[in-house]
Amino acid sequence: MSRISTDQVKHVANLARLAITEEEAEMFKKQLDAMISFAEELNEINTDHVEPTSHVLDMKNVMREDKPQKGLPQSEVLKNAPEHQDGQVKVPSIIE
Amino acid sequence: MSLFDHKVSDLHELLHKKEIKVTDLVDESYKRIGEVDEKVQAFLTLDEEKARETASKMDEKLGSDESKGLLFGMPIGVKDNIVTKGLRTTCASKILENFDPIYDATVVQKLHHAETITIGKLNMDEFAMGSSNENSAYKKTRNPWNLETVPGGSSGGSAASVASGEVLFSLGSDTGGSIRQPAAFCGVVGLKPTYGRVSRFGLVAFASSLDQIGPITRTVEDNAYLLQAISGLDPMDSTSAKIDVPNFVQSLTGDIKGLKIAVPKEYLGEGVSEEARQSVLDALKVLEKLGATWEEVSLPHSKYALATYYLLSSSEASANLARFDGVRYGYRTENPKNLLDLYKKSRAEGFGDEVKRRIMLGTFALSSGYYDAYYKKAQKVRTLIKNDFEEVFSKYDVIIGPTTPTPAFKIGENIDDPLTMYANDILTIPVNLAGVPGISVPCGFANGLPLGLQIIGKHFDESTVYRVAHAFEQATDYHKQKPVL
Repeated sequence: MSRISTDQVKHVANLARLAITEEEAEMFKKQLDAMISFAEELNEINTDHVEPTSHVLDMKNVMREDKPQKGLPQSEVLKNAPEHQDGQVKVPSIIE
Repeated sequence: MSLFDHKVSDLHELLHKKEIKVTDLVDESYKRIGEVDEKVQAFLTLDEEKARETASKMDEKLGSDESKGLLFGMPIGVKDNIVTKGLRTTCASKILENFDPIYDATVVQKLHHAETITIGKLNMDEFAMGSSNENSAYKKTRNPWNLETVPGGSSGGSAASVASGEVLFSLGSDTGGSIRQPAAFCGVVGLKPTYGRVSRFGLVAFASSLDQIGPITRTVEDNAYLLQAISGLDPMDSTSAKIDVPNFVQSLTGDIKGLKIAVPKEYLGEGVSEEARQSVLDALKVLEKLGATWEEVSLPHSKYALATYYLLSSSEASANLARFDGVRYGYRTENPKNLLDLYKKSRAEGFGDEVKRRIMLGTFALSSGYYDAYYKKAQKVRTLIKNDFEEVFSKYDVIIGPTTPTPAFKIGENIDDPLTMYANDILTIPVNLAGVPGISVPCGFANGLPLGLQIIGKHFDESTVYRVAHAFEQATDYHKQKPVL
């Protein structure tokens, strides 16, 4: 049995903001199923009393001095924007 | 003979004595690129005009105090996921096809400070996801030793350009083996530093808890010099470590008497080819002759590293790559219906299949109802893998094994089966999960293709890793062989 349904694949694609076709949904279903079932070998290990590692170095809450610095110039920041107008990044309408 | 057959220290000497000029070094680079890059396909973007201009200016300083820096005038290639101000940086993705960075990565600033000359940007698997460079949206880099085989990945362009003599050295990045595996496949030296040794500021993030930038060179000594130049605490990367940077080259004493080597049985077992196994056993004999001793040990959780890595790296990638939304920079779809449509289509049209697959896996592993079962579980197994290393390092100085299970494979051979492709990295991935440093040095050939020896050290003990790698290199001739192109 597949560990992930086509509907789930479509749901995940939506969360990831990826448009996918029906064919891609089937392809990802097969590939994700293989990867997830492979990942399930981790269930062989008892990890009841194991702390998770998110980061290997022993550091927490790294702070720097609270000194204001100049930001990047507007022209530089907009240089790579696909569309901009009046010094602002432009996007299609958000409210219909 | 190519100028790049010399070590950095020899070239420095020649420059200082004015026997060669910086422009000669830059000429050598572009001449070689002109001759062989049509075959090797290592470069995505060249910075020729600026490099030549810089070289001419630097020639005027030759012989003065201003040319005393060891890396002064040395031509370097930079992987295309490291941002370079004013020089196109694509991550080998369509989504960043015309991206023109507005700042330099910290490592690039450090290179400017050391006065190296950037020759161009190097091909890679898209967003560093892959082991063959076949996932580049632009070109397939070839292995200089055999153009039908892959150079490895994801830093395939970085390794192939050094192996084919297009540049003296290069920078790559390593998340699960992306420096060491291509270095092994191309017969050059590649080091993944300890996590935190080198700033990641300006490295386009794939998996932030695993990524490290590192040097790819022809010799261990050059590698140590280049790492020296790029290491250190950086206020712009809060995960860069507040720890002194030792003089790495000073550790290259050639003396490894009394060194204790651990050889994990898991690194010579199932899935590892006979040639790779034998080359490591031969290397151990060399090291024994030099006065080291070795024993077999176990890293019992090794077999779980691959699954752990794919869950964690894909989860981190799914978050990191959310920034590519077609709004502030990068590719934007034509005529979107609304903002959501813009996000979805820009990403669907801009990313390649492997990148999408990993974003999907990561999004799934982090989604409500699955987070504990997949993501958190993998983080816990990561702890066990890290503990395995700590246990072994309490009794031994270094861990040694093959870098890869096999030499380079044929282009197209593994591309249709993601899991087989991923298995290439079984020997390098645990090193990233534990955050320790690892190097690959040439240790033999199989059917004319190079093999790599992997030497792994304790956290922030690159010095010992380099000392062992250098002693081995000096006792063998593998690094002196060059591919014929």
